[in-house]
Amino acid sequence: MVGTLSASQSADWIVSGRNLFLAIHALGITAFFYIVARRLMPLLHAQSDPRFDQPAKRIGKVLQFWLGQWKHPRYKFAGVMHILIFAGFILLALRAFSLLIVGVSPDFVMPGFSSKTGHIYDFVTDYAATVVFLCMVVAAARRIVFKPARYAVPARFGKSHTADAVFLLGLIALLMVADSAYAASHTVQLMRRGLPSEPLGFLSLAWVLQVAFGKMSLPTLSGLVASAYLTHEIAFYFLLCYRPFGIQFHVETSLFSVYFAKLTRGTVKPARWDVPDDRLDQVKSLGVKTFEDFTWKHMLDFYSCADCGRCADNCPSNAVGRPLAPRFLTIKARDYAFQRYPVFGKSHSGIALVGNVYSEDEIWSCTTCGACEEECPLLVEYIDKIVDLRRGLIDDGNVPQSLQKPLKALESRGNPYGKMEKKRAGWTKSPELQNSAKVKVLDGRDDADTLYFVDSITSYDDRMQSIGRATARILSEVGTNFGILGAGEKDSGHEVRRFGEEMLFAALRDHNTEAIKESGVERIVTADPHAYNALKHDYKDLPPVEHISQVIAREVKSGNLQLSPVADENKVYAYHDPCYLGRHNQVYDDPRTVLDAIPGLKRVEMTRSRDRSFCCGGGGLMLFYEPKEEERMGVVRVRMAAESGANVIVTACPFCMANIEDAIKVAGLEGKMSVIDLAELVDQQMIRAACPEELEVAICGGQ
Amino acid sequence: MEILVCIRRVPDTSENEIELNAQGNDIERDELVYSVNEPDNYAVEEALQIRDRVGGSVTVVTVGNEEDDEILRRELAMGANQAVLLSDEGFDGSDGRGIATILKNFVQQGHYDLILTGVQADDGAAQVGGMLAAMLDYPFASLVNSITVEDGMLKVSREIEGGNREINEIELPCVLSIQTGINEPRYVGMRGIRQVASVPIPRIGAPDLGVEKSGVGQTAAKIRRVDYFVPVQGKGAEILHGSREENADRVLELVAANGGLK
Repeated sequence: MVGTLSASQSADWIVSGRNLFLAIHALGITAFFYIVARRLMPLLHAQSDPRFDQPAKRIGKVLQFWLGQWKHPRYKFAGVMHILIFAGFILLALRAFSLLIVGVSPDFVMPGFSSKTGHIYDFVTDYAATVVFLCMVVAAARRIVFKPARYAVPARFGKSHTADAVFLLGLIALLMVADSAYAASHTVQLMRRGLPSEPLGFLSLAWVLQVAFGKMSLPTLSGLVASAYLTHEIAFYFLLCYRPFGIQFHVETSLFSVYFAKLTRGTVKPARWDVPDDRLDQVKSLGVKTFEDFTWKHMLDFYSCADCGRCADNCPSNAVGRPLAPRFLTIKARDYAFQRYPVFGKSHSGIALVGNVYSEDEIWSCTTCGACEEECPLLVEYIDKIVDLRRGLIDDGNVPQSLQKPLKALESRGNPYGKMEKKRAGWTKSPELQNSAKVKVLDGRDDADTLYFVDSITSYDDRMQSIGRATARILSEVGTNFGILGAGEKDSGHEVRRFGEEMLFAALRDHNTEAIKESGVERIVTADPHAYNALKHDYKDLPPVEHISQVIAREVKSGNLQLSPVADENKVYAYHDPCYLGRHNQVYDDPRTVLDAIPGLKRVEMTRSRDRSFCCGGGGLMLFYEPKEEERMGVVRVRMAAESGANVIVTACPFCMANIEDAIKVAGLEGKMSVIDLAELVDQQMIRAACPEELEVAICGGQ
Repeated sequence: MEILVCIRRVPDTSENEIELNAQGNDIERDELVYSVNEPDNYAVEEALQIRDRVGGSVTVVTVGNEEDDEILRRELAMGANQAVLLSDEGFDGSDGRGIATILKNFVQQGHYDLILTGVQADDGAAQVGGMLAAMLDYPFASLVNSITVEDGMLKVSREIEGGNREINEIELPCVLSIQTGINEPRYVGMRGIRQVASVPIPRIGAPDLGVEKSGVGQTAAKIRRVDYFVPVQGKGAEILHGSREENADRVLELVAANGGLK
């Protein structure tokens, strides 16, 4: 109650209780700061992580994601509930503090809340407490009765969290009841004594209690005021000190987690922030092996996780029964931190995480699709942690046998298949391509403005070479002076890096960077979102990079590229967003613009699309990994497409193509469902108006 | 336990397209990439695991030239304590017996309890291990797919018909040829290789080994490679020339037609 108390009005109970209240304050505050200090201990032993830059951007994040609760409405019911509770807490914070101070200093009035402002504030907070109380009731009912699937804890990840959650909800509800009971009993007391009092919010919890207390005797009321106050105070401090023992700690830590959140997308943190790349071979150990190898921000993430289950609910690995759920990656680390850095007693650190806390399969199961990070209301980072843990496994030589051969081949041949470098441009030699487009190899004898970065799968895989040829023909059609690096190109290393082989990635990156710079091109185009992401975010100082869908969209919009109507009217198309084009790089509209530019094309959206797209199974080295799973991600995805009413899946990534094509067969949908790459579709539909100068008019004329 | 692992550098069959040269007497060696012979890598891993269990050290050795440095470094990065290169112009062109002779001299300069080789080199004939054992007068077990260290001896097993295992005791010191599948070799990352880039690798020539040049090298070799040939298509063989899908369908058809599918 801000501003409604005065010394004379409250003296009768305050004076006698003052010492008790003072003692509780002192105890509560000391205990809280002690617990928080202990919780911060592991952060002091953590790896460095420079997150103190760009304050304006960071404050923006806080306003959007913390104060603005931006991600919450993605889950409508739970999200709105959380927004109400959060708003209630923010509003009530001041009221709770002034109430605490009043116990010791009855004359206290929060500055600026002496008159009208204070009355309005009290009126509003009456309702805030009521709303929070009701939310607690509903939330408890959800936990106990309705049990949304995402709150369940599979046996392999430990015991149910329901009891803890309900206990916390009960504590908050108690706090709200105590707050309202205090306001109600105090108001009745004032009215009885004929002293001025402020009306309580009509139908608020306090108002209801005021009605209920209306006929009580003055001594009973005094007792009630005192016990409501005491209950509020004890509940407040108990909650304050209990929160750092579980998921409620996010009330304190979320503000910092969001402020220090990662500001970039599609990137991977360096192996060590404090060691330059060229000195990584000199450090004793690389990657996360023990808990202390995490950065302090990643540890903070563990504390901030609210166990809402949204990450796991959207995680494709979790959906297909792989032994990974991002939620438990965090919860298990937090439990470990609590156990190893206890509030009382000695801290003992140092055991290997993988093998004790995590399983190897858990760490290799992630496709780095980013669905978890897209969903997390608190901006908890998962990919960087997975990559850091993989770096640790790589450093210990602990790599699945199925990945060792491709990694070795990437080292010696620059591609995961162990194919000869000189055959990298082999896909350009097909007669059908030579008749329709000229692909220069930029090996010093030829030059061009644009580099088509093909990457390994499109260069060597029989099926994906068709995407390369389609891309070449499109570039040629729109009049681009382009070439490829041919044998001079090595794998972009996108998955090499995300699988934790940082040094091999650096070698591939350095090789390609040099080759690209030597080619003298002014821009880069690729049809592989993984290469796109690597060149854009993992490489430095390169010419601008575009994905072919962006090029096509621009050319279609300008009218430079015209598309013919679809031949088969029975075809219904659904666009599948590749993770590294969509979520990681926010290219959602360009591919759709292109599809919609094809006259007569019927397009539907899958329920999971755009930033909620469902990973097809992962790219790069993930194609070699043999996961433990109940079914394939691709199969799940193909069924989603079928449910949407589509019979053609359009994607814009060779790895999606590989996974979805296989999945159609596994799902038994051959003949009913097909998949085509956006570039292939455009190549098929484009009206060949222009003819490349170098080619015979006769050849182009036939198109 | 002091363990010596004899390794060899071979063209990596998974990363090369092996073709015969124009003369037909060797494979085309331009643009080949080389790596540690796969069974040898399993032997090194096994040695490291034994060392980590019972203590001691692991030495890797190869007969070759400076190009073989890379495989020795890879095994150092994997965790071997030392690497030694046995190199001399006089060793060039040695046959299996020549290699075994060179290795024998090296072994006699040290004190090894256990000597491991891979079961065979990708381009070899699985003969060096046995010959080395005979020259040293050590017991020899081949095709070993598990090793248990006991007091002064080992229990080793090899796979026999039907996936069964035969267990043998063998006295130390001994020579074992190691089968792939005995373990899961650890990954050697780029960082590991960089870290051992400046570790000196001693190079020992014929005089220091006490090897008589007359017993090794091209001139002493009693086995000479004469020819490679590509098998001629015989009767009953059918070569499929279709696309991948067509070939797969045809194979399925053939297997089904011949009762291979129920």
